[in-house]
Amino acid sequence: MSAVKAESVFPRLEALLPLVQKPIQYVGGELNAVSKEWESTTVRWALMYPDAYEIGVPNQGVQILYEVLNEQSDVLAERTYSVWSDLETLMREHGVPQFTVDAHRPIGAFDVFGLSFSTELGYTNMLTALDLAGIPLHAADRTDEHPIVLAGGHAAFNPEPIARFIDAAVLGDGEQVALEITDLIRGFKAEGSPGGREQMLMRLAQTGGVDVPAVYDVEYLPDGRIKRVVPNRPGVPWRVSKHTVTDLDAWPYPKKPLVPLAESVHERASVEIFRGCTRGCRFCQAGMITRPVRERSITGIGEMVEQALQSTGFEEVGLLSLSSADHSEIKEVAKGLADRYEGTNTSLSLPSTRVDAFNIDLANELSRNGRRSGLTFAPEGGSERIRRVINKMVTEEDLIRTVATAYGNGWRQVKLYFMCGLPTETDEDVLQIATLAREVIKTGREVAGRKDIRCTVSIGGFVPKPHTPFQWAAQLDHETTDARLAKLRNNIRDDRQFGKAIGFRYHDGKPGIVEGLLSRGDRRVGAVIEAVWRDGGRFDGWSEHFSFERWMRCAEQSLASEPIDVDWYTTREREFSEVLPWDHLDSGLDKDWLWEDWQDSLNDVEVEDCRWTPCFDCGVCPQMGTDIETGPTGKQLLPLTAIGAGVETLRA
Amino acid sequence: MARQPPVRDVAPTVQKLRVRYAKRGRLRFTSHRDIQRALERALRRAGVPMAYSAGFTPHPKISYAGAAAMGSASEAEYLEISVTERLAPDRVRASLDAALPPGLDVLEVVEAAPGALVDLLQASEWQIELPDVSAGQASAAGEAFMAEAEVDVERMMKAGPRRFDARGPVVRLAASGGTTASGAPCAILRMVVRHATPAVRPDDILTALRQLAGLTPPVPPMVTRLAQGPLDPESGTVADPLAADRASVGDVVAADPHPR
Repeated sequence: MSAVKAESVFPRLEALLPLVQKPIQYVGGELNAVSKEWESTTVRWALMYPDAYEIGVPNQGVQILYEVLNEQSDVLAERTYSVWSDLETLMREHGVPQFTVDAHRPIGAFDVFGLSFSTELGYTNMLTALDLAGIPLHAADRTDEHPIVLAGGHAAFNPEPIARFIDAAVLGDGEQVALEITDLIRGFKAEGSPGGREQMLMRLAQTGGVDVPAVYDVEYLPDGRIKRVVPNRPGVPWRVSKHTVTDLDAWPYPKKPLVPLAESVHERASVEIFRGCTRGCRFCQAGMITRPVRERSITGIGEMVEQALQSTGFEEVGLLSLSSADHSEIKEVAKGLADRYEGTNTSLSLPSTRVDAFNIDLANELSRNGRRSGLTFAPEGGSERIRRVINKMVTEEDLIRTVATAYGNGWRQVKLYFMCGLPTETDEDVLQIATLAREVIKTGREVAGRKDIRCTVSIGGFVPKPHTPFQWAAQLDHETTDARLAKLRNNIRDDRQFGKAIGFRYHDGKPGIVEGLLSRGDRRVGAVIEAVWRDGGRFDGWSEHFSFERWMRCAEQSLASEPIDVDWYTTREREFSEVLPWDHLDSGLDKDWLWEDWQDSLNDVEVEDCRWTPCFDCGVCPQMGTDIETGPTGKQLLPLTAIGAGVETLRA
Repeated sequence: MARQPPVRDVAPTVQKLRVRYAKRGRLRFTSHRDIQRALERALRRAGVPMAYSAGFTPHPKISYAGAAAMGSASEAEYLEISVTERLAPDRVRASLDAALPPGLDVLEVVEAAPGALVDLLQASEWQIELPDVSAGQASAAGEAFMAEAEVDVERMMKAGPRRFDARGPVVRLAASGGTTASGAPCAILRMVVRHATPAVRPDDILTALRQLAGLTPPVPPMVTRLAQGPLDPESGTVADPLAADRASVGDVVAADPHPR
């Protein structure tokens, strides 16, 4: 199918490596990486995490798909990451195409080029990769020789801003749908690829589980709002569904996590202990689009942890999920694992925890055998009122008690995460963060009986996201965000009694505006992304590479002929009747329910968690044919471990 | 008042092992830190009972000596590990080698004799392949270099540019013709360099050759450390640093100074 030869570009790349920073990131050779003969496979995927290797290589989504696909004997999956500009320049000079790190094959030779977007700020990096690969930037310009460019990840729940660059997008859990797409391509190739690329995309679109932007037309109203999104050929469904994997124990991936030679941002193995979250935090896109909650069983977790430790040699395992302390048997999991790894210098960590004294017990248990990591809590909002608005049900008393327990248990440093720019927020709500932090230090000093305790306040700007109750909300402009953050910083700094004990870290409001534009944008935003990339925009998630000025200048030029601008996309509140760019993409959430929840938020009305209260009709389970899958199972972890078992064979 | 580290059972060191390993092929692009991480993980996978430091963040006890710079291959890298049980060095070699990625190859493991490993690593023998450079060109540059008593070069260090003599520590330097791994003709420089402060690296010598004789390789050269060890000042050769360890096999290792 492809005109690009699949042979390794490594000999040509090798000559360039002594000239670039951190060349090891381009070499591959990770422990547990897979290599296969090209000719022995029929369907070939190049998987990309469109950021630097150090960020991309630990990504669980890519690792899971890489393993699931490679387990199929006739399927090949290799990985590629964004190259830094020093290598990009050399690759252009020497005609070296975008390559995989596994066998250094050119991306253009694969059947599918799949990109996982955790964040919209990877869009410009996708364009670099396409361009270096020799794949036309616009889907419309591609021929049968080019790979199908497929987007996934959370940002793919609104792929409209990149509609012109991608051939298709999938929503939700990737493991099953990646295999389904593989089957479809395998069958299509076996038939001799009748009708070429266009027919193949039609077949994908007809499944109802793959969004092919080219088969939908978007019509606009004179004022710039969307009039409607309609299929432009027969046989195409009006809406595209997300994918939900059930029975996580049947999907124990990654079984053999990748261990890179180069340093990465997560120097640990990760085991996903459940998927989905029904806490109902209204700002949280991840919680909304991954419903319902599906737990991995305690024994399933135990097996994955043991396998990960054995196959990697990592000293730490992270128990991942959106709110790990909410697993129905987390206490048994923590104790079982701590007992099992007693005396092995193995640490376990819970990266996302809620504000609850129970977490301190968990943290104590998990760090029993290894290094003690810091404690982080996310109250998200400074005042009780704003926490009701966002449905983060934490009282000030909860928070103070939790943090006091932490200090009482010997922790000296606690991190608190907040957001700025939440709907209905005032200066006063944000200044409450300072009051809260002072109270935390005051109580902490009493409990710990010493003065050297610290707390760090970390705060970022809120960006409204699609498929959440705040999808209609006005984003706060960056000037007001920055002014509010400055007031908070001064308030903390000017405090003589506690100021020195409180650290303050914040992100300014400008990148949030670009993220907002890309999150809630429509197809017209594609022109902005392309203009920014052509102007040199790369690695927008990195503050040292991000240029707000460039984004605004390019947006102004690209949108000049449209009745809309950046403010229209970001700081404008939407009405219920407006057609949203992602309305034809079905996350299972009922739009009426989301609207009611948005109205409830404006009235300070909270909503409970459906795991321990009756269903409140968000719509996901009936729409997707899924159900909550939680324990307790009542099972126990066996104290068996093979860590250190090899010593028998080494003794003198 | 400092916070007390948690009380943990810290098993004492009962044996020290010295390891010689190679850094080959594409793995030459690993930095020293990359190797440290890979090695610690490989030791865990291999089940080597490492001795750990006490304190808040326990670390396995490993001492690294004179690692070759990123980009240089090596046949002679050394380190020493402390373990909590008496192990058979040859078995550790096989099992650690299997746990490391191909290209980080464990060549030899011996039980350490008393004395510091770093004191034995006095000089290195290097080989530099210069593709598309003739042997004559390289020879002439080498002779010009050796004829000087001192050749100052500048290198960017963490604290900024620094000037130092690249000639003094060079004990021997000779050029010949040969071919690269891919079969292309190249000039080959072989040299013995004393370990000094600041360390004179092969690229410093290349800088000196460029300054003195205009030798500018058209493609990046391929640098390999061939040997590292005690310097025989008479012959200008590098001896095997593990020879003494091998000779003292069976001797009792120094007991832990703080047994519990």
